[in-house]
Amino acid sequence: MVPLWMYLLVAAAMFSIGVYGVLARRNAVAILMSVELMLSAVNINLIAFWRYMAPENMAGQAFAAFVFVVAAAEAAVGLAIIISIYRSRRSVVVEDVNLLKG
Amino acid sequence: MLELNAQTIAFFVFALFSLAGAVGVVSSKNLIHGALYLIVSLFGGAGFFVLLSAPFMAVVQVLVYIGAIAILIIFAVMLTRSMTNMTELFNRQWWMSGIVGILLFVLLTIGVILPVWGENGINPSQPVSDNVATTEDLGVALVDGNQYVLPFQVASLLLTAAMIGAIVLARDTDTE
Repeated sequence: MVPLWMYLLVAAAMFSIGVYGVLARRNAVAILMSVELMLSAVNINLIAFWRYMAPENMAGQAFAAFVFVVAAAEAAVGLAIIISIYRSRRSVVVEDVNLLKG
Repeated sequence: MLELNAQTIAFFVFALFSLAGAVGVVSSKNLIHGALYLIVSLFGGAGFFVLLSAPFMAVVQVLVYIGAIAILIIFAVMLTRSMTNMTELFNRQWWMSGIVGILLFVLLTIGVILPVWGENGINPSQPVSDNVATTEDLGVALVDGNQYVLPFQVASLLLTAAMIGAIVLARDTDTE
């Protein structure tokens, strides 16, 4: 099989690309897509560690299943918030959401 | 080091899908294209799960991430329609974000991954055993009283709360 560090490298690269997307994009939906990328990278990491380090123990897969659940819940609520913001301010650029700015 | 068999070729194909899709997501001008790139990237992730003897996770990734979350994102892009063709993609700190991203990746690789699990690392880099637990074991683990039944129930509560919250937030209140 492929050595473990290659899986970890791909997951780290996906995570870093997601970090760049979250920090650099202006559109809120694009930021949410980058967050989903980061969560998927974390899942790849978890399952790779599970397979290579402790394949008999179910902790790795159970953890990854809960990460799926949390990602789904967060995507749903985040998109509902974005739609709500769009309805009141007609824009999803995060720099325009600045009512509390001093 | 790496024998040229079908598993290695499949690994590199899925790695290409994942990383090319990820780059496409963060740099796409059209958000629908970005969502499609996200689907490609998540397919790469599902391929990894199959290679790592976790077929249930692969199917859940396709069903939940691609089938639900990516479709939800496409719906949100369509509902906020004025933003599918954007003038400026990145905000004013894009260069610093690029530095942070590259620094994070280099730090993770050189500081954590290669010293511990690399060629000269401490831990082994091949699987410790081929005695892999099956999907049936995952099912038992999620409902067994001594294992993960409590997080399982809390997760279902979280999903219910998220569903109710999303409906309340996105509800149209003008038609009352």
